[in-house]
Amino acid sequence: MKFVKYLGLGLLFGMVMTKSEAVSWYRIQEMFLFDSFHMYGIIGSAVVLGIITTALIKALNLQTFKGEEIKFHPKNMSVPRYLIGGIIFGLGWSMTGACPGPMYTLLGQGYWAVLIIIASALVGTYLYGALRSKLPH
Amino acid sequence: MFLFAQEVTDMLSQPWPWYVSGALIVLVMQLLVFNGKSFGVSASMRAACSAMGAGKSVSFFDFDWKGSQGWNMLFITGAAIGGFISMQFLSGDEAMDIGSKTMEYVKSIGFSEPEVADNGKTMLLPKEYNDPNFVFSAKGLFILIFGGFLIGFGARYAGGCTSGHAISGLSQLQIPSLIAVIGFFIGGLTMTYFILPLLFGA
Repeated sequence: MKFVKYLGLGLLFGMVMTKSEAVSWYRIQEMFLFDSFHMYGIIGSAVVLGIITTALIKALNLQTFKGEEIKFHPKNMSVPRYLIGGIIFGLGWSMTGACPGPMYTLLGQGYWAVLIIIASALVGTYLYGALRSKLPH
Repeated sequence: MFLFAQEVTDMLSQPWPWYVSGALIVLVMQLLVFNGKSFGVSASMRAACSAMGAGKSVSFFDFDWKGSQGWNMLFITGAAIGGFISMQFLSGDEAMDIGSKTMEYVKSIGFSEPEVADNGKTMLLPKEYNDPNFVFSAKGLFILIFGGFLIGFGARYAGGCTSGHAISGLSQLQIPSLIAVIGFFIGGLTMTYFILPLLFGA
């Protein structure tokens, strides 16, 4: 059951990202060129709806399906970590036109070259882990 | 009945509007929350490193990835299947309609304009991504390998990617996520306006 549940949510996510073209290299370039509202509409409407529904979950003290408390974990405050890490990520996002979710969806669409992006992203993740103690956080 | 099914398929085969996409992404995110999980795709890459044994050499990867992130591995598998299904059964048959400025830009850095694949389906990536002559050229390998590296390194450094920070974190009004998203755009705009034209501009 658990197996099917997360597979199913991922499947819905992959379909939405494909059909709204949010996985498209062209849409990402268009976004960074401020040439279309489309991507801003997707992210913006998700954030607005996300803020409203998250506030409702908190205000109504809603529980998980299992009846446990829903916890939102505040991230530790830091500027350099999020800013430097964010800039590095953004450079890669524009360069490849892909971010982690879409990588897998594009692979499923048959763009085999994306395997190279995934493999190097794993190397990048590993190297971050290895250098972690030497980086400003 | 058959006609109705055909109509639904035709409708789903059009590009979906931004507000449908935004609403369904939030649905996915909150269904994860109601399952006690947190929406964030890049965390699955840390788990993948751990699954491949990275925990033996680097303590950052020494954690119970199955227990904490096993669900995310299923999620990304689903995301790949979702891509496959939409492409096979719900794909449009026209080239993507992109802005004129983007069209010019894309050509200026040496990529093709949006096209329809040989099988008549809409292609979401430039045809270069399916062309071994491009993929294994110096330019192609540089973009895919170095770009992928930046994505993996940056996402973990920032503690999240578009899903974890821009959607999930901002929905929770987290300041760290806002800083990360500002970083995403500083990096993205620098790449789009300066680095790519400098490296590949005609």
